[in-house]
Amino acid sequence: MSMARTRNLHPGINLGATDPDVHRAAEGVVFGFWLFLMADLVIFGALFATYAAMSVQGIAQGPSPAEIFDLGSAFVETVLLLLSSFAFGFATLEMKYRGNIGRLYLWLAIAGLLGAGFVAMELHDYANMIAVHGATPQTSGFLSAYYLLTGTHVAHVSFGIAWMVVLMVQIGVFGLTGIVKLRLLRLGLFWHMLDVVWVGIFTLVYLFGVVS
Amino acid sequence: MNWDTVFGKLRWDSFVFAGAIENPSASEFVAFGAGSIVILGAIAVVTLLSVMGWWVPLWKNWLTSLDHKKIGVMYIVLAIIMFLRALIEAAVMRSQQLAAYDGPGYLAPDHFGQLFTTHGTIMIFFVAMPMITGFMNYLMPLQIGARDVTFPLLNAISLMLTTAGAILVMASLVIGEFSTGGWSAYPPYTGLEFSPGVGVDYWIWAVTLSSISSTMTAINLTATVYKNRCPGMTLMRMPLFSWTTLCASVLMLFALAPLTAATSMLALDRYVGFKFFTNADGGNMMNYANLFWLFGHPEVYILILPAYGVWSEVVPTFSAKNLYGYRSLVYATIGIAFVSFLVWLHHFFTMGQSAGVNVAFGIATMIIGIPTGVKVYDWMLTMYRGRIRFSTPMLFHIYFIVVFIIGGMTGILLANPTVDFQVHNSLFLVAHFHNMIIPGVLYALFAGYIFWFPKVFGFRLDERLGRRAFWCFAPGFILAFFPLYIIGLAGATRRTVSWSEPFYLPYFAVAMFGALLIVAGVGYLIVQVVVSYRNREQLAAPLGDPWDARSLEWSTASPPPEYNFAALPVVDARDMFAEEKENGTAYRSPTVYEDIEVLRNSMTAPLVGLAALALAFALVWHIWWLAILGFAGAWAVIIARSFNTNTMKVIPAATLRAENEAFLTAVRNAPGVDRDLEFSPQNKGKAAPDLVQERPAPAGGHQALGAAL
Repeated sequence: MSMARTRNLHPGINLGATDPDVHRAAEGVVFGFWLFLMADLVIFGALFATYAAMSVQGIAQGPSPAEIFDLGSAFVETVLLLLSSFAFGFATLEMKYRGNIGRLYLWLAIAGLLGAGFVAMELHDYANMIAVHGATPQTSGFLSAYYLLTGTHVAHVSFGIAWMVVLMVQIGVFGLTGIVKLRLLRLGLFWHMLDVVWVGIFTLVYLFGVVS
Repeated sequence: MNWDTVFGKLRWDSFVFAGAIENPSASEFVAFGAGSIVILGAIAVVTLLSVMGWWVPLWKNWLTSLDHKKIGVMYIVLAIIMFLRALIEAAVMRSQQLAAYDGPGYLAPDHFGQLFTTHGTIMIFFVAMPMITGFMNYLMPLQIGARDVTFPLLNAISLMLTTAGAILVMASLVIGEFSTGGWSAYPPYTGLEFSPGVGVDYWIWAVTLSSISSTMTAINLTATVYKNRCPGMTLMRMPLFSWTTLCASVLMLFALAPLTAATSMLALDRYVGFKFFTNADGGNMMNYANLFWLFGHPEVYILILPAYGVWSEVVPTFSAKNLYGYRSLVYATIGIAFVSFLVWLHHFFTMGQSAGVNVAFGIATMIIGIPTGVKVYDWMLTMYRGRIRFSTPMLFHIYFIVVFIIGGMTGILLANPTVDFQVHNSLFLVAHFHNMIIPGVLYALFAGYIFWFPKVFGFRLDERLGRRAFWCFAPGFILAFFPLYIIGLAGATRRTVSWSEPFYLPYFAVAMFGALLIVAGVGYLIVQVVVSYRNREQLAAPLGDPWDARSLEWSTASPPPEYNFAALPVVDARDMFAEEKENGTAYRSPTVYEDIEVLRNSMTAPLVGLAALALAFALVWHIWWLAILGFAGAWAVIIARSFNTNTMKVIPAATLRAENEAFLTAVRNAPGVDRDLEFSPQNKGKAAPDLVQERPAPAGGHQALGAAL
């Protein structure tokens, strides 16, 4: 029994000895969520592959990547998203070790606000590209692929924020129960995955785009 | 508020009946008839449910159920309904091609285009997929000793999303039109420029619903296999069907995502003018071809692997032997699953790659023949020296081996790019893939249906009528499709509404006859289930094991209880149940009964399905308020459900004990039935074991090899 309580039953933060029952319950559902993340990453993989092809061959009469990307803005977005993930990490630790609901709210709020800042900047970038360069998604294959790839990511982040709000309400209604913990664990994985995808976007789309 | 805001693109003449009134022709009357069948069918179902007072039982026992077994059955029922439609379409297309020698035939080209598109789309997404998903859902948890899948509610939502997609395809018969772009829907033809109507939109949203549903099923079944196996059930002790379920689920997990990406891009092109696949402005339809077949090829193996799993359960059972080469079958399954991702380009050898790329994919394609060959040898060696009973599933299997190998060999031909350049887009290709899918997938599912029917419903199917069905299907397939190889080689192109080459005529006539035989076979299957239901007293097999079968699902009562196992089984061998029967240790009472928790029924899934249907229908017809409502509704239901904490019910140990002991007592008191009486009324589902014992093998002999594998 003590083995089962301390052994990691799934990748990522395990509840372990802090909540053995929920820890055991987490094994199947968190594993299933990893499978979802894999399927989701394959979608991003398909979008990356499409972008890789279209950012070279699909420019047509439209602007090229180097002409429209603002590396400074993308850098700030990167910082916001990574800090948000960092804050969510503290939320998870708070949930696991101390379970102080006030602090948990605080960390979740910080993570959510940083995420919202990311979304706002990204939308501002879009508006800017359209206003200054006339770079709409309808302009060229390249821009279609760009907006779909980054737009899917933004949609994921927005969805994650909505999920965070729902879970904050549930913490208020139920307290830090087992089911809420399991959901926070999964939201954490989702939130961190979006960082990984964003690092890919920052590298492949923005850095490559600006140097090419 | 004007009409467009409320009804989008819907008009009175969107209804199919308007066409027949305004513009009477044979083609319009066929469409009129098809639309009428949908409406009359719906009215008939509603009337039947109302007259019989079945609405409440349907809702309480089925639609809201989270039991993997009921969900599995509903998947199969959905698949059967859709199968009947797509089968009729096939027969209509055959008759059109026969009638269209040197003339237009009776169908307008556009109508014919809709027929081959819906036939393919339905057969893949709404027949084959739900049918195998139903089998996997029903059987795999029982086979691995689990009480349910890891995510029962997700399972129900998957079912309802697939159902919503199927309803959408059915709706296109009555309201509007379907795509004419083939099941693969290649742009730019399916782009707005060349297909401005709603047909392609119907295709996009039906397929998207199906692909999201299948992705969720994949997550569920994969997690179940990895996390819900009973004590002692190591991966290498799982029945082969569960192995193929795992491999097919992993394929779905990775393969459906590119399809979702492709349909989303096509939708963005059509709805908001993106430039993914357009001819101008940097669009490139080759991206679509790659994404689609990145899904499309693994899809073939998603369908065929569970079919192989069915064969791997049927053959040892009716040969009274252990499965030959279990490990080699497992590795062959994994091998096929892996290589299936490396061959997608063979669907478009002619679309502009260099010869070097084509050769690489041609070789990869041929390599798949090797693990498939391993399987065929394993099944044959399982039969070797067995006491084979030629039951209907076994007849299907033997037929499958012969005919499937012929189809496999034409596949090896097509894998050679130089050959493919000659016959691509011809009826030779049509003959090839039907040769793989009909004997390979469809007949395996028929065999599995007859095999597992008594497990699901507690009575056997009439064997004589099953044989008659087989003797229609067997020559029917050969006559319907082998002629297409010949005229395909002679140059007959696929998807052709009319033609004028006299050489084709006799072959089309034979193909028509074959198609009618297949229809007759389906007729026999329908008669079989009706007759068997009437004779269910004589055919009853409630004791669970009518075929002297091997895996855990046969150790339960038929039909199995909601919770599957009163106490979770503990296994220490492969085919534990077969061994226990042989040793006389089967049907022992568990040492202890404990309360178990199962999920209560939930109306979440049907509501989500309804909202998704509204969303998809609204998107097809540009009814934006309904689209928003559907999207918000689906999420509102899911969020509301997440606030419900009263989701479980307890089945007390006393109930478990009473039900299980009653079953065990009945089994113990029943006489074991010899295999000679398998199809007689004496067969109540307790078998006198008839396992062929392995004789001591000479060193290096075939049995030593079999043991090593």
